[in-house]
Amino acid sequence: MNDETPPGANRWRRFQDWDERPLRLDRFAAEDPDNGFAAFSSPHDPKPGVTVAGGRIASMDGIAAADFDMIDLFIARHHLDPDMTLEAMAIPATTLARMLVDLHVPRTKLVCLARGLTPARLAEVVAQLSMLEIAFAYAKMRARRTPGNQGHVTNAKDDPLQLAADAAVAVALGFDEIETTQRVARNAWSNAMACAVGAAVGRWGTLFQCSSEEAEELRIGLAGFTSYAETVSVYGTERAFIDGDDTPWSKAFLAAAYASRGIKMRCTSGAGSELLMGFHESKSLLYLEARCLCLQRAMGVQGTQNGGIDGAPLASTVPGGARELMAENLIAVWLDLECASGNDSRTSESEIRVGAKIMPFLMAGSDLICSGMGSILKYDNSFNPSLLNGEEMEDYLALQRDFEVDGGLTPLGEERALSLRRRAVEALSAVLDELGLASPTAAMKASVVVASGSDDTESFGPRDAALIAQGIQARGLDVVDVIRALARRGFGAEAQNLLNLVRLRLSGDYLQTSAMIRDGRVLSAVNDPNDYGGPGTGYRVSPARRDQMAGLRDVLDRPTVVHEEARHARDENRRIAYRVVGDAGTGSDTREVVIGVSPAFGVKLFRTVAGHPLSAVLAELIAGIKSRGLAARVVRVRHTADTSFLGLSAARLAGSGIGIGIQAKGTTVIHQRDRLPHNNLELFSNAPITRLPHYRRLGENAAAYALGELPDPVVVPQRGEAMGARFHAQVALIYAIETSLVTDDLTPEDLSVTFLGKPA
Amino acid sequence: MTRPPLTTADYPLAERRPDLIRTPTGKPLNAITLDAIERGDIAIADLSITADALVMQAEIAEAAGRPTLGQNLRRAAELVAVPQDVVIRVYELLRPGRAKAKEEILTAARALRDDHGAMLMAAFIEEAAAVYERRGLFRLRY
Repeated sequence: MNDETPPGANRWRRFQDWDERPLRLDRFAAEDPDNGFAAFSSPHDPKPGVTVAGGRIASMDGIAAADFDMIDLFIARHHLDPDMTLEAMAIPATTLARMLVDLHVPRTKLVCLARGLTPARLAEVVAQLSMLEIAFAYAKMRARRTPGNQGHVTNAKDDPLQLAADAAVAVALGFDEIETTQRVARNAWSNAMACAVGAAVGRWGTLFQCSSEEAEELRIGLAGFTSYAETVSVYGTERAFIDGDDTPWSKAFLAAAYASRGIKMRCTSGAGSELLMGFHESKSLLYLEARCLCLQRAMGVQGTQNGGIDGAPLASTVPGGARELMAENLIAVWLDLECASGNDSRTSESEIRVGAKIMPFLMAGSDLICSGMGSILKYDNSFNPSLLNGEEMEDYLALQRDFEVDGGLTPLGEERALSLRRRAVEALSAVLDELGLASPTAAMKASVVVASGSDDTESFGPRDAALIAQGIQARGLDVVDVIRALARRGFGAEAQNLLNLVRLRLSGDYLQTSAMIRDGRVLSAVNDPNDYGGPGTGYRVSPARRDQMAGLRDVLDRPTVVHEEARHARDENRRIAYRVVGDAGTGSDTREVVIGVSPAFGVKLFRTVAGHPLSAVLAELIAGIKSRGLAARVVRVRHTADTSFLGLSAARLAGSGIGIGIQAKGTTVIHQRDRLPHNNLELFSNAPITRLPHYRRLGENAAAYALGELPDPVVVPQRGEAMGARFHAQVALIYAIETSLVTDDLTPEDLSVTFLGKPA
Repeated sequence: MTRPPLTTADYPLAERRPDLIRTPTGKPLNAITLDAIERGDIAIADLSITADALVMQAEIAEAAGRPTLGQNLRRAAELVAVPQDVVIRVYELLRPGRAKAKEEILTAARALRDDHGAMLMAAFIEEAAAVYERRGLFRLRY
């Protein structure tokens, strides 16, 4: 032993391992209600209560009307229904909590009761639910039956060509809404035009918004480029609201202004915003959010973007933070608001925490599961990275498939993605050129079509986008000009798609709660109401939708495996020839090791799952045996394909009593004549990581056992790879081919093996 | 109005009651075609919602049990005819500290009522003026 103290001897090194995991980049905060760090309740939260005098609210949550701040006042005047608030408030919180998860209490009844519930009561009720109950109640209470999703489409250069290409991809993935914003405020008009054109490629019906300064956003909407808005923020304390430069009345005015222009609108609020802004009044996150949500219903907006949003990372630092985020979403849907349920900011560096965060929403469904999932790469997200981003898109698609839950997205094939990107880039280029705004070169376009993100492009930069935006505004261009330009340049389908979307404005159908467009039809809480009442009701994944979600790329099936093996058969036939010599007898030479190959070995199967040709594997085993001066005899076992029995059968034929059993997939065993079937000498069970030198050493060890030695067993090192995930589907398909060739009672045959001098 | 209030059965209007939908210029929904746009017969002014359509949507919202949404859509109907610069000006005035005294907001409310017949919105803004005064919002912001 070394006298020196090894480095870190006073610390268990596992902590060092843990230090290096991404999770340790997340900071967790202590619960501290006085300083606003409390998810569900704070001693400073008011006690729920209401009094009515003369048909008006006389006090709410312990505050007399004379002392109301502007938020209390707005809620008391426009949210609470004085005719029924006493009745609703008389129901104990526990009873209401149970009603939320009771299949026999319809959503409509609970929605009616919510009109009489105060913010403190709503918070008190949902706080009584466990995470499972919150998710379940959310599934029952959300307004529209069919779930949907929203995606972010932005890039670090504000490059309009990339915006168009990425918008087309987002639309093809199935996003019901896409949202853009810009790095440089003056580029808003360029971004809006680019996304509007891109979103018209392939299909129509995806609603589009361009998040920018309030007045500018309204003007862009008025010009017909966008169809909805959601960055109309509200806050749960008066001081935070004023610091946010608005009041409930100014925001309600804006809500009416958007509707008056035929633009769908929702408000935004979320836990932690008051805490971030420094005006939390020592109240819990949930109580402040309940105030925000009552306010939104009072304003008459159809919906909310809620669930932390920009405050989600902060909310996630406190105990129960992630549960609180969904609890506030539950209050939103209980108040009958459309809910774009957050999941739009990266609340953790841990992929496990990210995956866990999204799961309850996938299970429960939501009007818009993410209120912006990053359809683009993290560094291109001008809103900041979302919970899930372009990098993790396929992980999300896999979760849909695994749990058969509808997250609103559909896998997209490579060829289709490329052709949509090309079409979108060409369409926007034609519009820019036709309208005299810019003329992108072929090289610019080509770089964007294949780009995963803006690091890969040689295209427009922020300054070019500013000039395009300036041109659009200076000439007063609107969506009709764009539609006409598309039609004139041969993009008739895109022109029609864009027109279809703009035409929806006239009827205002998408102004109703939870409206989206599916297959050319408006679906909302009015004509697609959530009717969940237990198994067999509510939204169900249809067989057709299930097929869509199951259709990931590169899905393995039997024909693929058989086809692959046929390809390898041709190569192997040039390398090795197997000839049946006759029935295999028991050897008498004690210097003989028998190699028992499986029924399909070299007959129907030709490579191990690690990809090694069976000829090479066999050559190594034989070389290993011969290196110790022993003889190798090869037999084909026909009555079994099981490794243990292959090995034991070979051992019993061997003069030495030592045999090697090998399956075509590469699993190999050393066995001895008198051992129990599953008590072998050595086993290579991890065929996918077994390399040719390992087979060589296994041959050597078999010979060593035959010589009466006790060699060091050959260990194939593994680093914890998920072998089952990587290989088991292939293994099962391959092994079925082996077992199909098994014939009971057929005895082993001696094989003469000739290597044909064409090594792999 | 002679028309009985609409119900959820009339929704979506574009599908179920296209007969009720007109452009601000009086054209029916089926006149909005790509051909018409290419001919130059349709401009952006033909593609905005009318006050009538908003009132119809308000009726549907109310029939669906959403009275506050109905109120918002009725206030919106009143803003359809209000010019964009006026809309932006009133919004700006309602933001904290923009108005230096209650009277500025009351004047804007009067103008909406008298010039545009926006009765609901005018009353709503007057309510704001009273609250702002009580909560001391008429103070310097910048």
